[in-house]
Amino acid sequence: MQVMSSSPSLSPAFNNFSGAGKFSYEFGLKLRLKDEEPDKEEEEEEEEEEEEEEDNMGSESYEEAIAALSKLLSDKADLGSVAAAKIKRITTELEAAVADQTKFDPVKRIETGFLHFKKEKYEKNPDLYGALAKGQSPKFLVFACSDSRVCPSHILDFQPGEAFIVRNIANMVPPYDKTKYSGVGAAIEYAVVHLKVENIVVIGHSCCGGIKGLMSIPDDGTTSSDFIENWVSICAPAKTKVKSESNELSFSEQCNNCEKEAVNVSLGNLLTYPFVREAVVNKSVALKGAHYDFVDGKFSLWNLDFQISRFHPL
Amino acid sequence: MDTQSAEVGVEEGPNKIFISQQQVVDEEVQAKVEMLIAELHGTKHHPPNDPDAQKLDHGFHFFKTNIFDAHPEYFSELAKGQSPKFLVIACSDSRVSPSVVLNFKPGEAFVGRNIGNMVPQFDQLRHTEIGAVIEYAVKSLEVDNILVMGHSRCGGIERLMTLPDYTQTYDFIDEWVKIGLPAKKKVLQEAGDLPFAEQLTLCEKESVRNSMVNLLSYPFVRNAVVNGTMIVRGGYYDFVNGSFEQWKMCTH
Repeated sequence: MQVMSSSPSLSPAFNNFSGAGKFSYEFGLKLRLKDEEPDKEEEEEEEEEEEEEEDNMGSESYEEAIAALSKLLSDKADLGSVAAAKIKRITTELEAAVADQTKFDPVKRIETGFLHFKKEKYEKNPDLYGALAKGQSPKFLVFACSDSRVCPSHILDFQPGEAFIVRNIANMVPPYDKTKYSGVGAAIEYAVVHLKVENIVVIGHSCCGGIKGLMSIPDDGTTSSDFIENWVSICAPAKTKVKSESNELSFSEQCNNCEKEAVNVSLGNLLTYPFVREAVVNKSVALKGAHYDFVDGKFSLWNLDFQISRFHPL
Repeated sequence: MDTQSAEVGVEEGPNKIFISQQQVVDEEVQAKVEMLIAELHGTKHHPPNDPDAQKLDHGFHFFKTNIFDAHPEYFSELAKGQSPKFLVIACSDSRVSPSVVLNFKPGEAFVGRNIGNMVPQFDQLRHTEIGAVIEYAVKSLEVDNILVMGHSRCGGIERLMTLPDYTQTYDFIDEWVKIGLPAKKKVLQEAGDLPFAEQLTLCEKESVRNSMVNLLSYPFVRNAVVNGTMIVRGGYYDFVNGSFEQWKMCTH
C-alpha cells in the first residue's frame, strides 16, 4: 500500500501528531484518479484486474493445498499422531488464510463504491455535475434518522442537489437553543436563510431504535447512556401523549405511534426558530411530516398548517 | 360491474355538478372536490397545488417499485435489524450524500449529517446531537469503521475561513463552524500565503483531520480504537474534479 501525502506543505506536521499522545496519522491509499488522464485510468483498471487475478490465484493454490493435505490425512490413516497433528494445524492455518482473503476490506469497499458512482453517475451527467459544482439550490431541507435503512436518497430517490439533509438519532428537531443545539440550529439557519429551501420535511420510520430508547426510559428518569437518552428526550411530549392515549396497546405498537407523534413534536419545535416561523407565515416554506415503514413498504406524508390570523381589537 | 359503475358515478358525479354549475374554476372548491373523490376511492391524495408533496410521493413510488419490491428477501432481513460496518459523518450539503457518492446500499452505513461534517469534542451540554449518533453507532451497532467525509466547495468551511464578518452574523452558523478553528489556525499558519481558494481546500481536509482527532475524546470511541475493533478514517470528495481520497488513523 502506497503511502502518499495529499498536500506536501502540510504532511510533515501530520505524520507525527503530538496532541493525542500515542496516536498518529498515516496517509493510506490515495486514489490516483484526480491526477490521471483518461488513458491512464485504463491502465490502472488493468493493473487492478491483474491484482485481482493474482489474489484469486493465491486462494486457489491455498485451497488446493488444503485439499491435498486433507486427502493425505484421510488416505494415510496410519500416519503417526504427531505427523497428523502437524498436518491438521497447517490445514487450519491455510483455511484461516483463505478466509482472510475474502474478509471485508473497508478501504476497497469505499474505493469501489466511489468508482461505481463516478462511472455510472458522475461521468454520465456532466451537465448536472458541472452545474452542481458551481452551487446548490435544493428545494428541500430533510430531517431523517441516521439509521442505515432510511437514507432519503434511497427512499425518496433524491438526486444530488435536491435535498439538504440533516441526519441524527430519531430524526429529531430540538427547540431553539444556541447553547444546547447549535448543530441543528446551524443546519436550519443555513437551509432557510441562506439556501432558501421551500420545504422542511421531518421523516420518521418504523423500528426506530431512538424512539424505542425514548419509550424505554424508566419513569423515574434514570439514564444509563452518555448522550442517547438525553437527546431522545427532546420528544418526551410524544411519549407522554402516546402513553396516555394508547396505554392498552403493545409496546411495539406504542413505539410505532410514538414514531409519528415525535415527528409532530419536531414540526412544532421548528416553529421556535424565528426564521422558520417567519418563512412559514409568509408561505415561503412549507412544513411536512412523514413516516417510512420498511416492514410494510409504506410511506405517509402530511402537512403542518400554521398561520397567524388578523388581530381584531375588541 | 356494480362497483365499476359506482366508481364512475363517484368520479363523474361531483365533477358533472361542479362543471354545470360554475363556469369559472374556483381553486379551493376544486381541491376539495378532488380530495373528496380520492377519499371515496380510498386513495391517498395531496392538494393538487402541492407539487412538492407529489414529488416526494413519486420519489417513494420509484424506490418502492424498483428497489424495495424488487428485493423482498433483502428488505425483510433488513427490517429485522441493521448491522452496518460504517458510521459516516458527512455534510448536509445536497450534493454529497454518502449513499450516492460511495454507493452505499440500505443497511450498509449509519450516517450523521451536519454543516461541515464536523465532530466536536465530547460535550454533554453543547453537543448531544452528534454525541448520540456516535454513541449509538459505536456502543449499540458496534460499527467497525467511522468515516468522516469532507468535500469541496463546503459552505461551512468557507464561513469558518471568512470569520470574523462584521457585516453579517448568524444565530447559529458562526458558533457551530468554530468547531473547526484548530483546522483554520493550522492552515493560516502553514499556507497563509496561498490564494484563498486553495486555503479553503486545505481547510476542508484539515477540518476532517480535526474531527477525526475529536472523535478520540469520546471514551467509547477511544476504547474501540485502542482495542483494535474500530478504525477511524477520513475521506475527501472533490466534486469539481471528480475524485475521492481516503486516509486512516493509525495507532501504535
